[in-house]
Amino acid sequence: MGMTVVEKILANHGEKETVEPGELVKARVDLILGNDITAPVAIREFKKIGIKKVFDPERVVLVPDHFTPNKDIASAEQAKIMKEFAREQEITNYFEVGRMGIEHALLPERGLTLPGEIIIGADSHTCTYGALGALATGIGSTDMAAAMALGETWFKVPSTIKFVYRGELNQWVSGKDLILFTIGEIGVDGALYQAMEFTGPVIRKLSMDSRLTMSNMAIEAGAKAGIIEPDEITYAYLEGRAQRNYRGMFSDGDAGYSQIIEYDVGEIEPQVAFPHLPENSRGIKDVGEVPLDQVVIGSCTNGRLEDLRIAARILEGKKVHPRVRLIVIPGTQKIYQQALKEGLIDIFIEAEGAVSTPTCGPCLGGHMGVLAKGERSLATTNRNFVGRMGHPESEVYLCNPAVAAASAVTGQISSPEEVS
Amino acid sequence: MAEMKGKAWKFGDDIDTDVIIPARYLSTSEPEELAKYCMVDADPHFFNKVNKGDIMVARKNFGCGSSREHAPLSIKAAGVSCVIADSFARIFYRNSINIGLPILECADAAEKISQGDTVFVDLKKGVIKNETTGETFYASPFPEFMQEIIDAGGLIDYVKKKLIEEK
Repeated sequence: MGMTVVEKILANHGEKETVEPGELVKARVDLILGNDITAPVAIREFKKIGIKKVFDPERVVLVPDHFTPNKDIASAEQAKIMKEFAREQEITNYFEVGRMGIEHALLPERGLTLPGEIIIGADSHTCTYGALGALATGIGSTDMAAAMALGETWFKVPSTIKFVYRGELNQWVSGKDLILFTIGEIGVDGALYQAMEFTGPVIRKLSMDSRLTMSNMAIEAGAKAGIIEPDEITYAYLEGRAQRNYRGMFSDGDAGYSQIIEYDVGEIEPQVAFPHLPENSRGIKDVGEVPLDQVVIGSCTNGRLEDLRIAARILEGKKVHPRVRLIVIPGTQKIYQQALKEGLIDIFIEAEGAVSTPTCGPCLGGHMGVLAKGERSLATTNRNFVGRMGHPESEVYLCNPAVAAASAVTGQISSPEEVS
Repeated sequence: MAEMKGKAWKFGDDIDTDVIIPARYLSTSEPEELAKYCMVDADPHFFNKVNKGDIMVARKNFGCGSSREHAPLSIKAAGVSCVIADSFARIFYRNSINIGLPILECADAAEKISQGDTVFVDLKKGVIKNETTGETFYASPFPEFMQEIIDAGGLIDYVKKKLIEEK
C-alpha cells in the first residue's frame, strides 16, 4: 500500500523507506518557531540542557506577536528574554515590532515555510503551514527546547482523514466557511491524533490565503496537521519568496486513509460558530438575532490581504453601527502597507473602525480589544472558548471577514447580502 | 512517584487550555504563580480548594486549544498528582509527559469516578482504584518510548542523558 503525503514527509525526515500510522518516528525538523509567550519557557528549559548553541540559528524563528507591542511590564520582561536569546544565539529570523507580523501570517509571507518540510512551533496554530504542503504542527515549549538542541523530535505517525470538497462555492463563502463547516460536522476532537488532508476540485482552485485559513484551524478539530498538496497556486505563491530549496510531496493513489469524507460545497453558506466551541457552527440563515458590542477582523486565521480586501469591499462608503467597536488588524507589516496602498485602510477609518499594528492581541484576550462581562464579539479569529477574548462571561462568535464586516455595519450578526 | 492517592475533582468534555489557564495570566511562566489561576474560569476557587496529591478527572479531549505549556505546569504546581480523562488533546498530552505531569487515558474510570471520590493510582501498572466505590479500572499503558521520558524525569533530562551518551 502507498503512503499519504504526511506519511511520506515523516518517512523522508526519519530516514526510512516507509512508515505506518501508530509508529513512533524520530525525525529531523526544518524549522522551529516560538513566540513571546512560549519561547521564554523554552529558553529556560534549553538552558537546563547545558549546551551552548542551538542546532542551527537560521532554522529557529522567534516572533514577538502575542502581547506585543508589549502590553505591560510583565509582558515586556518576557519579550526581553526572547530578544536577548535571539541576539546571543545569532538567530537570523527574529522579527522585532515594526518588522514583525502575526507569526502564521509572517512565516509564509517570508518564504520560510515550504512544501515537503517538517515545521514545529510552540504555538498550536503552527498547522497553518500545511497549506503549503508542509507537515507543520504545534508543540509545547519543552519540545521546542529539545528540538532547538537536537534539530530533531519524535512523532507518532498519524492516520489521515481525507476531505474532498466538490461543487461550486456560494457567494461570500471562503476557506473559513469550509473549515468551520467541517469542524461542525466532525467536532472539536473529530480528527484527534490524526492528520487532515484537504483536497478536491474546490481546494485546487482556492486562493493561498483561503488555504492558509483552512489549515490554520485544523487544530480546532484536534488534528496534528491540516495539509494541502502543493500545486500551481502554491508554486506561484513561492516564486521569489522561498528561502530554501524544497521538494513537494504527494499522497500515493493507493494511500490508506482512516476515513474519506466528501462535501458538496454548494450546500455550504457562510458559517458562524456560536459560543463556546468552534464546532457550534451553523449557516448564516440560522443565526437569528445576535446584537454585538465588538467586531474583530484579523488574526493568524483571517488577517491576510484577501481578508482585508473582502472586508473593505463591504465597508466602503458605510459606517460601523454606533453600538459596535470595529477593530481591524492586518496580519503583517507588508499586508498593512499593501492595504494602505490599495486604499483599504482609508475605507476602514472612514467607516469609523480602528486599525492596529499587527498583533495576536484580542484573539486570546491579551490586549487591543478585551471584552467586559456580558459583552459579545464577532471575530474572524479561531477560538470562541469561555473567556477567550476577556471576561469569562463574555461571548465570541466566529465567522469569515465578509460576515464580520457586514455585521459591524448592522450591529448584529448579518449576512453580507443585507448590506451589499 | 509511581503511586498517588487523592480526592477527585471532576470536569466535563473539551476542557480547553484557556479554561485551564486563561491567557490574561500568561505574562509569567513561574509555575507557582500560574498555579493560583489554575481552572479559574471553571471554578474560581479551585486553587484554594485543591489539596496536594488530588486527582483531576475529566471526559473527552482534555487540554484542547493552545499549545501553552503553562496549562500542565499550572495543574502540576497547583498540587494535582495525576489527570485521568477519556482522551487528551495531543499537544497537551506531549506537554504533560515532557514536564512530568502524570496523565492516564481511561474512559471507564473518567466516566464512573464522581466528584469527591477518593482515588488511588498506580502509574506503572496503569491501575486506577476508586476507594470510595471499590471499583478498579485499567488505563492504556504508555508506549515504551514515552515511559523512557517519564523514567528520565521529563524530556529535558532525557535529552541531557542522550547528549552525554553520544559523547
